[in-house]
Formats: sequence, C-alpha cells, structure tokens
Amino acid sequence: MARMKFLCDSERCIECNACVTACKNEHEVPWGINRRRLVTLNDGKPGERSISMACMHCNDPPCAAVCPVDCFLQTADGVVLHSKDLCIGCGYCFYACPFGAPQYPRTTDFGSRGKMDKCTFCAGGPEPDGSVEEYQKYGANRLAEGKLPLCAEMCSTRALMAGDGAILADIYQERSVRRGYGSGAPGWSTAYGRNERGSPFAPGGPGTGGA
Amino acid sequence: MRPLHALLLIALMAVAGLAAPTFAQAQLTQVPGPNSPTTKEQVPLYVPQDDKVVGRVSIPDEKLAVLVQPEGREWREWRTHTLRLAIGGLAIGMTVVLAIFFLYRGTIRIHGGKAGRLVLRFNGLDRFAHWTTAVSFLTMALTGVILTFGRSLLIPLIGHQAFTPLAEYSKSIHNFVSVPFVVGLLMIVALWLRDNIPEKADWIWIKSAGGLFSKAGHHPEAGRFNAGQKLVFWSIVLGGVVMAATGYLLMVPFAFTGIGGMQTIHVIHGLLAAALIAAVIGHIYIGTIGMEGAFDAMGSGDVDENWAMEHHRRWYQEQLRKGYVEGRQPAE
Repeated sequence: MARMKFLCDSERCIECNACVTACKNEHEVPWGINRRRLVTLNDGKPGERSISMACMHCNDPPCAAVCPVDCFLQTADGVVLHSKDLCIGCGYCFYACPFGAPQYPRTTDFGSRGKMDKCTFCAGGPEPDGSVEEYQKYGANRLAEGKLPLCAEMCSTRALMAGDGAILADIYQERSVRRGYGSGAPGWSTAYGRNERGSPFAPGGPGTGGA
Repeated sequence: MRPLHALLLIALMAVAGLAAPTFAQAQLTQVPGPNSPTTKEQVPLYVPQDDKVVGRVSIPDEKLAVLVQPEGREWREWRTHTLRLAIGGLAIGMTVVLAIFFLYRGTIRIHGGKAGRLVLRFNGLDRFAHWTTAVSFLTMALTGVILTFGRSLLIPLIGHQAFTPLAEYSKSIHNFVSVPFVVGLLMIVALWLRDNIPEKADWIWIKSAGGLFSKAGHHPEAGRFNAGQKLVFWSIVLGGVVMAATGYLLMVPFAFTGIGGMQTIHVIHGLLAAALIAAVIGHIYIGTIGMEGAFDAMGSGDVDENWAMEHHRRWYQEQLRKGYVEGRQPAE
C-alpha cells in the first residue's frame, strides 16, 4: 500500500496560491482557518523561494504524541487524521507540530479555541467515508473516491505533489538531476526522516476515533 | 537643462534595457555548479533540518510565517515525558519522604498535653483567604493532573468517549478557578505579609530544622509564623504569581509571544506546578496527621494554649497581652 506524502518543489512554486484556494473551496474551510498556506523565504532577495505548507502527515506525528485526549489516528496510507468529537481544543498539537498545521476556529476566546482543524490529505475523518457528518466536520473525502488531494492536483507548475512518497521522491530526484540542483524539499526530512516507510504510528490502535 | 535630462534618461533606459535580461537571468536561474548531481541517488532529498525556518505569509496570521520549527520536538519530549516525570516524581517522592518521616516520628504531639484553653489563631477572614486559595489550588492541581496523566491512566479505564468530556471540563475548570486562586492569593498577601518577613529567629529555626527531628519536643522560638511556614508562604505567593502570569498567557495564545515563547511559558508553568504540588503535599501533611493540634488553626481558628506556647511562643505572648487567650486576663 502507498505511503501518502506531500512534496513541495520550491524551485517550481510560483506563489500563485491556487493550492490554498483549491483547499479552501473544496472543504468549505471557514475564515481564519488555514489548512494550507504559502510561506515565502528570502522575500524580495536573491534566492527567494515559496513553499506550500500544510500538514505533512508525519511518520511519527508529534501532534498525536502530545494530544491529551488521544484524538489522532493514522490510516494505513499514513494519512494523519483526528476526531473532532474527541478534540478539546487545548492547542498542544500546535506547539508540537513542526509545520504549524493545526488550526483553531477561535483564538481569542479566553481559553476556548474550538475543535482543531487541519489538512486531512483530502481523506475526511474517522466518520464513514462520504457521509454528511464527515463532510461537515472535515470536508471532502477525495481519497475514498480514488482522487488525490486537490491542492496538488490544482498546481499548475507541479511544484506541489501529493501521493505515494516513493514515487514523489523519484520524480523530484529525476527533476533535480535534469536541472542540476535540488530545492531541499522543505519539511520532508522533518516529517519523514529517512525514506523508509516505517511502521504506521497509530496511537490508541484502530479503536481510536469518534466513529 | 530639461532636454538634456530627457536625453540622459533615454540613454540610461537603453543601457538598462540591454543589461536587464542578463542581470535578471543571473539572479533568477541557478546554474548547475561543479558538484551538481548526475544520478538520482545523489540528490539530497533528506536534508537534515535543525533550525527554524521563518518566511513571510500573506495571510493575517503572523505565527504561520514559521515554516518549520524543529523545537517542537523538544516540546514534545517535555510534554510526553519530562513533565510527567517532574509532576509524578516530585509528588510521589514527597509522599514517600513524608511516609518515612511519619514512621520515624509519628504525629508530633503537644508535649504538655492539651491545656483546654483556646487561643485565637486565625479569624474568619484569615481562614476564608486560606481556604479560597487552598480549594482553588487543589482544584487546579487535580484538573491539571487529569490533563497530564489522563491519556495514559484514565483512557484505558474509562475509554475515549468518557475521557473527552472529563478533559474538556477539566480544562475549563482549570481556567476559571484561576480567578478565585488569584483573589485568595491577594488576600493572603494583604493579611499575612507583615508576619512573614524573614527575621533573625528564622535562621535558628532553620539550623535546628524546626525541631522536626527532636523527639524531646524542643521547639525553636517563633513568632506568628516560623521559618517553615514562611517558606510555604513565599513559595505559594511567589510561585502562585508566576503560575497565574504564565497561566493567563497560555490562555491567550500568541497574544504576546511566538511559538518558542509559548513553549517556554508552558515549561515554566509545568515545572513550577510540580514544585508547588510537592510543597503543598508537605504543607498538608504537617497541618493534618503530621502534628497534633495544627489543623485547628485553620479549622476552627482556635488553637490549644499549650500548642501555641510550644510552637509559637513569641506570638502566644502577644496574644496573651492582647487578651485573645480564653480565660486569661491580658497581662499588664
């Protein structure tokens, strides 16, 4: 089975924000929630690079490790999902996440942040695939329909890629050889360490989740 | 002058126009260097990332400009291991030490037995301040411990579905009970600060460890509060102020600091909580089973005359002078 990953080739990213817009539209993401965002490094200077960043669906997700209520689960594809029924909105996952992926609907409401929201790799949540509850809580479940995340599908320069990590790495490495240099694949080493798949980290086992 | 300016400008633009493409190309296109990879295996995909990467975002959420923050790993280690070790270790360690001490010393008795005459030690306001602080402290300690240890201790027992509401209520209670805690803390400072200023006699008390290890019943002289009580007072007051400050900062995340600051605040809050919980366990011990007659001070507010004479002689004499000792005339 594939190990799903994201790879952003910053050499190709043109900061068009299509991935961000596609994500917002596909999942009806409310204002103030940024499941995917574009970060520009060295803005306005030589070597400027833009990177599209969202939840990287890590091998050993720090969010899952620090969650006090154990609301995360990792699918067989390596996609990190969470249960909004269990989440208490404590905000710990944001402190542990290397990529700033977890988002909260309210941030100024005296200790109450609402249920955490983050990129689901277009794979919904623990609810039955394609159910109304799943859509309302987590957005569309494209993976269950055999489709890849819309952000990567929308990318006009194929900078952002989503899919089987081994294939993504292959494409990226081939590109780098052709053009003579890589672009660092930002976040990749932090999220996945070495290339090996590893055992899927499944906190609480298959019983985890609000389903 | 004007035509000359225009001519110069045109000339400049022509030069710039010719030069621009080469200039731009040199900047925007990376040319493969001498060390460029020639096979796929040479492409360093897994570049180790140890430093924070910060850029710029166009969305109005500045904290998201942090692209990668590997420091999260240290915070994760803290949250999943160090914090639990600190709180659990100190609390259990303190309990073990007290249990050993109890076996060695037992309940510290009033040496001369109970006199039966009562001395007013804490009036209603004193006790109200103490119990407001105490109850809110214990509530926050308990809810904090639920959030820290619940995942490993309670979820296997009661399951995810039951633990989430428990954790959610714990979080809210933890946040809101901080208000009475701060009120109690301010009252304590106002009421007892003047009797808790360190003095020379405290040094003697500390050197003899307060007579804790003297079975003969020898007690160093003390005023209203002895050095041990002063230590508890200052731990709670100073510790409580820092706990409240860090706690309120955690309630308004990212209002004053970035991700690194929030992590640090959480570490301070947790370490101090561990220290205070251990200190309070000791305080509860000596105020209940550790010493005969001590609980009355905060229970009914009146202590036995002999207890007062043994433990707080100087304070007892003051009370005697003021006429707060039952059945005795104020000394002239």
